[in-house]
Amino acid sequence: MTRRAVARTLVYLSLIGAALVVLLPLGVVFLTSLKTENETAAGSGALTLPDDPLNFDNYVTAFRDGGMLTAFGNTAFILVVSVGGTVLIGSMTAYAIDRFTFRFRKLVIALFLVAALVPGVTTQVATFQIVHSLGMFDTRWAPIALYMGTDIVSIYIFLQFVRSIPISLDEAARLDGANAFTIYRKIIFPLLKPAIATVVIVKGIAVYNDFYIPFLYMPSQDLGVISTSLFRFKGPYAAHWETISAGAVLVILPTLIVFLALQKYIYNGFTRGATR
Amino acid sequence: MTHAGTHTPARDTGKAAAGAAAPASGRAAPPPAPRRTRTWRLLTPWLFLLAPLTLLITFTYAPIANMVAYSFTDWDGVSPELHYTGAENYAEIFTREDLFQVFWVSGYYLAASVIQTVAALYFATVLSFSIRFRNFFKGVLFFPSLVNGVAIGFVFLYFFQDGGTLDTVLNLFGHQSDRAWLGTPASANVSLAGVSVWRYLGMNFVLFLGAIQSIPGELYEAAELDGAGRWHQFRYVILPGIKPVLTLTVILSVSGSLSAFEIPYIMTGGATGTETFVIQTVKLAFQFNKTGLASAAAVVLLLIILLVTWVQRRLVPDDRADLV
Repeated sequence: MTRRAVARTLVYLSLIGAALVVLLPLGVVFLTSLKTENETAAGSGALTLPDDPLNFDNYVTAFRDGGMLTAFGNTAFILVVSVGGTVLIGSMTAYAIDRFTFRFRKLVIALFLVAALVPGVTTQVATFQIVHSLGMFDTRWAPIALYMGTDIVSIYIFLQFVRSIPISLDEAARLDGANAFTIYRKIIFPLLKPAIATVVIVKGIAVYNDFYIPFLYMPSQDLGVISTSLFRFKGPYAAHWETISAGAVLVILPTLIVFLALQKYIYNGFTRGATR
Repeated sequence: MTHAGTHTPARDTGKAAAGAAAPASGRAAPPPAPRRTRTWRLLTPWLFLLAPLTLLITFTYAPIANMVAYSFTDWDGVSPELHYTGAENYAEIFTREDLFQVFWVSGYYLAASVIQTVAALYFATVLSFSIRFRNFFKGVLFFPSLVNGVAIGFVFLYFFQDGGTLDTVLNLFGHQSDRAWLGTPASANVSLAGVSVWRYLGMNFVLFLGAIQSIPGELYEAAELDGAGRWHQFRYVILPGIKPVLTLTVILSVSGSLSAFEIPYIMTGGATGTETFVIQTVKLAFQFNKTGLASAAAVVLLLIILLVTWVQRRLVPDDRADLV
């Protein structure tokens, strides 16, 4: 009884401790977002409750003055186009690599493989010049092209799934007179649904949260995505923790909702995405 | 690959059958058709690869090639003129102390990633056995890795503020504390590395958990029959079972520690000795217009990361076939 019980208690204590470490900073920011300017200015402690728990004024300020509406619009546009493009490009690449023998096939595979080892942050100095010379700098197309062009993980995920689709299906369709494009469109793509779900989730979260690329490539105020628009709160609201907190909560909330709704798929997606 | 070739006979017989069905039309028609189908067949994979390869070359390989070229020049990124300066930029990186010191900052993140890996391993092991509120704890530990980096930066700016969350909590436990945690280099770097543990622990944890759960259950039962306690089960069943994921985590941690950017940039902007390699490179390139020097710095970082990956592949050969 005793030794096992002690061990169990310690395990639970460690888990509760970890949960507190995760939840406390987030909880405090939520509390702060409901406080008035006077309350935070008066130095109300981080853990004290707001006077009026239904005070949503800061959210209105953050949403309107912080340009969060434009930010959500820009993010949604970039997200839809680049995730759609990634799905299309990734599945086409996987189909071509797995189902055809052609000259330089090995070289093509090696190109994708080596690219997976190059961390995007290291090449930005030179990528910037290329994006600039293509006239995409400070447009929404810069991040879209970069998100679509550098996603190796999704190609891996699709490749694994294409491999698991029996080739006899392709052959049967071919006997019925289907060409490669019809086979891709009518057979392979619909059978890739689980892989598509994985890629949409992993890529969607990555694009929603990315800061580096929009920060470098879209400096204009009206091209702000949620990351860069929230980052701009640092200037005008520097001492207004209640507004900054409201902005942070506004950005975190959609993630929380998606996470709670799609938990199972998200865990699967990330294990698959990272371990390929 | 053998199976890919099997399409072609099917196609050819299709054509042949069509030809045989219409013998009356004479012999003039057949010859050009096969040649056209053959060119099509050769072209098809490339049509599928056109967009992906264009993007890959434009946004990955062309930048790498240009970057290496810029790194030997004194280019400012704007002017049409650039002078070849040999290895001067590289010499500058390794000799100028203020440029080289960013590597010491990576040390904080490396140390943090060791703590992060051990903690993630512990929680993954504990939560792979039956425990009450298992899904709740799983969700809470994982959630931070989905949260926007800028939001995390702000959450922790408030957390570490003078008289902020951390001070309040410490006072609650009777420890009189009132300090600016981001005020001195050592404490600022420890605080920032702590934030990175908070942020990335959940990702490691979920990877480990997935790997542990793919270990067949009989192995535990067998170990238990042999009288193995929890520790021995961990040591002889779990640890070997998750080795591939563990080594992947080590590479990701090293390259992540070297290329830390978001959290320190958002929280301190690189002030008080928290400048990391990537912050420095971004500043050199986009604030001080030293494209040449910044490129050389990026090449150095890239080489270090490739070296780490290569050493890891050497030490732990990957038995799962990659791509081919």
